Formats: sequence, C-alpha cells, structure tokens
Amino acid sequence: MKYLVAIIQPDRLDDVLNLLTKKEIHLVTASNVVGRGRQKGIAEVYRSHREAGNLLKKVKLEIAVNDEYLKPAMDAIVEGAYTGQTGDGKIFVFDMQECLRIRTGETGPVAIG
Amino acid sequence: MTKLRGFWMWVCCLAVLGWVPFANASDGTVPPGINAADTVWVLLAAALVMLMTPGLAFFYGGLVRRKNILSILMQCFMMLCVISLQWVFCGYSLAFGPDLAGVTGNLDWTWLASVGMDPSGYAPTVPHRAFVIFQMMFAVITPALIIGAFAERMRFSSFLVFSLLWTTLVYDPVAHWMWGKGGFLGTLGGMGAVDFAGGIVVHINAGMAALAAVFVLGKRKGFPDAISPPHNLPVAVLGAGLLWFGWFGFNAGSALAANGVAVTAFMNTHIAGATAGLIWSLLDWLKFGKPTTLGMITGAVAGLAAVTPGAGFVDLSGAIWIGLFSGVVCWLAVTALKAKYQYDDSLDAFGVHGVGGIWGTLAVGIWGTKAVNLAGVSGLIQGNPLQLWIQAKAVVITMLYSFLMSFVLFKVVDFVLGLRVKDREEAIGLDLTQHREAGYTLLD
Repeated sequence: MKYLVAIIQPDRLDDVLNLLTKKEIHLVTASNVVGRGRQKGIAEVYRSHREAGNLLKKVKLEIAVNDEYLKPAMDAIVEGAYTGQTGDGKIFVFDMQECLRIRTGETGPVAIG
Repeated sequence: MTKLRGFWMWVCCLAVLGWVPFANASDGTVPPGINAADTVWVLLAAALVMLMTPGLAFFYGGLVRRKNILSILMQCFMMLCVISLQWVFCGYSLAFGPDLAGVTGNLDWTWLASVGMDPSGYAPTVPHRAFVIFQMMFAVITPALIIGAFAERMRFSSFLVFSLLWTTLVYDPVAHWMWGKGGFLGTLGGMGAVDFAGGIVVHINAGMAALAAVFVLGKRKGFPDAISPPHNLPVAVLGAGLLWFGWFGFNAGSALAANGVAVTAFMNTHIAGATAGLIWSLLDWLKFGKPTTLGMITGAVAGLAAVTPGAGFVDLSGAIWIGLFSGVVCWLAVTALKAKYQYDDSLDAFGVHGVGGIWGTLAVGIWGTKAVNLAGVSGLIQGNPLQLWIQAKAVVITMLYSFLMSFVLFKVVDFVLGLRVKDREEAIGLDLTQHREAGYTLLD
C-alpha cells in the first residue's frame, strides 16, 4: 500500500480528478495550501509597497492506493497537472503501514477501494 | 489594577448621566421657518454620514491582518457609541455653543439644554436638533479616521480614553474655530477661511493626529517587510463603496438645505472621487505595471477627502482639478514620502486624509467661485489671491494645533495607561488579546 502526496496547480485539479476517476481511483483528499518552490513565490504590490516572496496558492492531493494502482495514479496526476512551466508541482510517495475502513472495521488493501 | 481603572471609568460615565435633563419635548407642531424638504434632506444626510463609520470600519478592516479585523470594526463602531454620547453631553456645546473668545463654545448647551426644534443660526430652515445630529456623525467619524494610523497595535482602553480626550480637546475646538459662531478661523466672525464640509475640521485634523500617533506609537513589529498583505481586499472595496455613498450626505448635506448648492456639492463630490480613483490606478499602472484594486479605492477616498472643503464652493472644472491633483499628491505621499521616511502610518490615515485635506483646503483658495454659491468665496482664478493666503493660514494653524495637541494627548495616555499592547499580544493579534474573539473560524 502506498500513500501519495501531490502538490499541483489549483486550476489543474478538475483534470487530475477526472483522470483519476477514469482509472478507478476514487479515494482522494484535497486541500488548499500555500507554498513555494524554485520560483521563490510571487511579488505582490499593495498601495505601492512591493512585497516579495509571497507564497503561491497550490492544491495538495492525498491519495492512498494499493501497489498495482500506484503507476496509474501517478500517470493520471502527471497527465492532468502537466503544463511544462515552473510550478507544475511534485508527487511524493510513501509506504503505508495500515488502512482501516471505519464503517466496517476492514483493514489492509481491501479497505482502500 | 487594569480592572479597577476600567471600573472607575464606567462609574464616571454613569455619574455624568445623572445630570441628563429629559426636557425639550416637541408638541408636534412645526415651528415657524422650518422647511420640510430641507429637514428631510439634513436628516437623511445625517443617516448617510452615519453609514460612513461602518464603511470606514470595513475599508480599514479589510486592510489589516486576519487577527486584527475585529479590533478595527470594534474601534470604529465604538466611536458611534461613545462620541455620540459625548456630543450630546458637551461636544455640541463646545463646538457650536455660545462663543468664548473665538476659541471654543461654552458649556451652556450641555445635554442640549435650550437646543430644541426651533431653527438655529447655523441652519435657518431646519430644527436645531437636526443640525445637531448631522454634525454628530462628523464628530463620530473623525476620531475613527485616526485608527488607520495606529491599527494593529494599540490597547483598546487607551484608544477609548484617547479618542474621548481628542474629540473634546481637539475636534470640538477646531470645529468651533471653523464653523462655530464667533470661531476665529471661519466666516461667522473669524478670519474668513472656508471649509464646506470638513477638509480642515475632519480631514486635516484627523490626518495630523494620525501623524502624531505614528510618532508616539512607533512601527508595528516587522514593518515594513514582514507585514502580511491586506487580508480581505473585497471587504475593503465594500467599505470604500459605503464611504463613497455616505460622502454624498457628508458633502451635499453640508449645504444644510435641499437647494442648488447641495446639487453642486453632490456632483463635485462624485466627480472628484472618480477622477482621483482613475488617476491613482493609472499611476500604479505606470509605476508597477498593473492597475491595483487597492490603489483605485485609495485614490477615490483621497479624491473624496480632498473635495470635501470645496464641494459647495467650486464648479465642475474645479472638482476635476482637485480630484486629479489629490490623486497625484496622495499617491506621492503614500508611495514616496512614506517609503523614504519609513513611518508606519499603517492604513495611510495621514497620507490620504491629511494630505488630501490639506490639498483640498488650499484648492478652495484657487478654484473657489461665487458663481456656484453666493455665500462662498472667490479664489485665485477669480482674481482673489488673498483667499488662498487665508486658506493657507487656516491650514497651518490647524496642522500645528492638531499635531501638537494630539502628540501631547498620546503621550499623556501613554504615560498613564500605556498605548501599545505587549509584543506578545501584538503577535497574537488584537482580536484575541483585546476582545477575546476571533473574526474567522477555521473549522465549521
């Protein structure tokens, strides 16, 4: 079992979700986040005061998958989030120890679905 | 110790209430000389000006950080509560009551004694009390304007005490100098300076107090580079919209009658605000590559402030010039002056209201014309440079008095109560530390 954390551009969220759905990956948690990468944030101007290095808005996706779905999930995210420009985002993959479905008490790979 | 202080403050307030005479009941008849349309307009205008204080609260509130929005809303609204009472208690009498040496009114009209439904010399066609409540809203918003200078770092109790003292010892006398019968600056027995709706009394006055606040309180922690951007610009835009709307009451209402001067003031107010909002946007566009929303609303407010002293004294071209130059000078004050000297006039109360008021008051001496108002003045362009000189003197006198007196009052309150919150409280935010509330919840 793997746990993916993907940071993507907010406007790519719909495409990524649609592609994930096509690959039968439904379990997704999304949050609004701010952050920065190599582009070092953005300069904003307020009453003529330039404020450098403000963090950029991103969307963070958290997805738990069984091992055979790891590749399709990553493909879907890359395909949906790719624009070729700086700031397209990252995917981090972790090994996941356990998963438990609260309603039924099922554990392990069957609980992910 | 702090608790005890607060307790005694309220005891004093209640003791004062003991003297309220509940007289002046109207028998329902209309006194002679009252004009119904004029009275409706002045009452409606008073309501419009009232709305400016909540408007200002949102304008300022959107510009601070999330953790301080309630402190701004609370301070502005509290001016409605506190200064309104001060006004009927002694404020109106000090500002407009029987003259003492041209400097202040006396206390004969305390609790509005002998101020009734008969018209006054100030507004001959409306009940005296309609004039009182119209002027009350000016007294309320003026100390609220100063909040922009000390936002995000002043103790609430000190703010209350300062604002009460400032209104009593600065606003009320200056209003008397300019508008009171016998006041030494104005046209009712004074040196002949004119201020249609409060360029001197409201904007220069509050702007200079704001500057004094900046000097006494010092910068916010982290100013200028580690202060987060405005937390809610849409709210600030809403506030600016309410301000603009209320300004029609402020300026056109100052005609104190439903007449042509009111129409002139209404039109001039709108056009000057529009011009300055446009100019500020264009300047931002030129200098920073993009026209900013905040720049546009700031410019509009600067133009509205600048046209205030001349709204009923200049014609349309005068209003456009006033708006145009107010956009430029206020933009320079906020962009260049503040950046150069690095003073933390947090929401630009001085840069917009002070500078706008100074420019607008001088501008009456340039573009004033009796063609729009027989009770007005002729300015430089009409061949009367003397008026510009008189306006300049009035500006300098008000600037000096307001700055010095405000400086002293801030120092006194600082000495007795302490003006600034503790560093830790400033970091946590005034909403939690001064009011034990949060403006926004993170979870439902």
